[in-house]
Amino acid sequence: MTWADALNSFRQRDRVFEFLIPEQPPALDLSHNIVLYMEGVSKSFDGFKAINDLNLYIEAGELRCIIGPNGAGKSTMMDIITGRTRPDTGQVWFGQQLNLLEMDEPQIAEAGIGRKFQKPTVFESLTVVQNLELAMAQDRRVWPLLCARLSGEQQDHIDEVLTIVNLGELRHDPAGKLSHGQKQWLEIGMLLMQKPSLLLVDEPVAGMTHQEMERTAELLTSLAGERSVVVVEHDMDFVRSIARTVTVLHQGSVLSEGKMEQVQNDPAVIEVYLGEG
Amino acid sequence: MISSRFIHDDKGGVWFLGILLLIAILVPILNLLVPADSAFHFSTYSVTLLGKYLTYALLAIAADLVWGYLGILSLGHAAFFALGGYAMGMYLMRQIGDRGVYGNPELPDFMVFLNWQELPWFWYGFDMFWFALLMVILVPGVLAYIFGYLAFRSRVSGVYLSIITQALTYALMLAFFRNEMGFGGNNGLTDFKDILGFSLREDSTRIVLFVASALALALGYLASRYIVSSRLGLACVAIRDAESRSRFIGYRVENIKLWVFTFSAVLAGIAGALYVPQVGIINPGEFSPLNSIELIVWVAIGGRATLYGAAAGALLVNYSKSYLTAALPEVWLFALGALFILVTMYLPKGIIGIMRRRGAGA
Repeated sequence: MTWADALNSFRQRDRVFEFLIPEQPPALDLSHNIVLYMEGVSKSFDGFKAINDLNLYIEAGELRCIIGPNGAGKSTMMDIITGRTRPDTGQVWFGQQLNLLEMDEPQIAEAGIGRKFQKPTVFESLTVVQNLELAMAQDRRVWPLLCARLSGEQQDHIDEVLTIVNLGELRHDPAGKLSHGQKQWLEIGMLLMQKPSLLLVDEPVAGMTHQEMERTAELLTSLAGERSVVVVEHDMDFVRSIARTVTVLHQGSVLSEGKMEQVQNDPAVIEVYLGEG
Repeated sequence: MISSRFIHDDKGGVWFLGILLLIAILVPILNLLVPADSAFHFSTYSVTLLGKYLTYALLAIAADLVWGYLGILSLGHAAFFALGGYAMGMYLMRQIGDRGVYGNPELPDFMVFLNWQELPWFWYGFDMFWFALLMVILVPGVLAYIFGYLAFRSRVSGVYLSIITQALTYALMLAFFRNEMGFGGNNGLTDFKDILGFSLREDSTRIVLFVASALALALGYLASRYIVSSRLGLACVAIRDAESRSRFIGYRVENIKLWVFTFSAVLAGIAGALYVPQVGIINPGEFSPLNSIELIVWVAIGGRATLYGAAAGALLVNYSKSYLTAALPEVWLFALGALFILVTMYLPKGIIGIMRRRGAGA
């Protein structure tokens, strides 16, 4: 590059400087119809094996329920997928190309994995709309954020999500004022704004009224298909109402997997989990 | 979207800018045009005092930007103020020329006194005003960038961050106290004669500096307001309230913190550069950890996360300080401490919080 070219490239302010453009990770490749692979994953904390040789495959567009008693390793599994915890051994792949163990939390989120926490964490001092605006799939570097304006298309997307999660009338209320169930929905709405390919939903109906629960079931079922949804839940009625495939975790590995009836009749499952109730 | 957040949601800010404009117009008139024996005359002493407090207000806005909106409790922000001040002080020292006590055209007095033969390399260029201005921005900015890069990347936050910012300003204070550093040791830089050829003793120069301070405060406010009302500002609040959640959404928390922190340090540096020609001295005492803590008190009393509240807090506390240190010199510090405790316990939003509650109630 000559000096003149270099100077010119600095003057072209409609483009970002080349050295500032981050390396683009490969796009999500679903050619084998599997969105998430976890193979031989183990993780121990101070000698306690939270995850023990876990093998799990999630198909594209699937709605999967994961159940298991306390301490079965459900949350640790979610932490590993979203990059919060690194496993001691094993492989975790997102589609065919993306090695999740080499990525950090923002990269994983950017690649298309959205997570809803057990305890709803919304940004309480911001309004419902602002929460959604922040969660929207967008360029999250500092300068673009400073200059960002909502396009009509983005506004439409926000309105659409507001309708889906039924918060249209509360759009300008601070999120801190919402009821527990409404916060859960707002969080699901924030996940939807990210347009993720894989949704991880941790105990979505904890603390919900029956009516809210039904509405949440409807919502999650309607989301699967276009994207994959993994739901971790304790409430068996709820699982029964949405489940197509159920995975039972026990002591950090898969105990049983299959249709709800199959799993329910599995003697091993009855012993460790369903039998208790 | 931005423009509506920027102005319409900011009644307090419009008031603040309006009052600032009024002061910037009235004070020069009352000082220069009204005869000195009139009751309406605004003395040059008062002009300089108010000008100094306006630079404090800009510093308070800078601190509020990182503390109020981003949750970074920096207890070393006055260090950036002092660095900006030193950069300006170095320019003013070079402007003295051969009018110093020793009459050396090249070396400032303290260097002659130390028997130095030539100007240290880091004083080169400070005879040029534009270079000094550049350094006013670059020195605090680069320091904040390096410091922030290391701190935020390793996810230092909360109390630990406050402690290392405190250590930063303390270390700088000790370093600047040393004569060998070449910044005048504990006497600092003083005896300034003129700026850009205008004598610092002239009323008109004082007025220009005063108006420049008001202008810098207004622009600093607008720039900060632009940041906090942009989507970046929303992201800052999100990080303040739930940092790990913002990470899971995909925000690079460390980058956002780093740039806002750096911007804030630059604002503080500019405030320091305007402060020094008005008070006529800069010494290592400005790096004192106490200054940074006092700064946080101004912001808390004025009202966190409002920007104009921080500015109001700075003016209010400093005026009561100049009144109380004269009237009750022994109890001033106790009064300040009590004020801080009362505000944190009963007025989490500061005086702006009370005014807003009144406004909503009426």
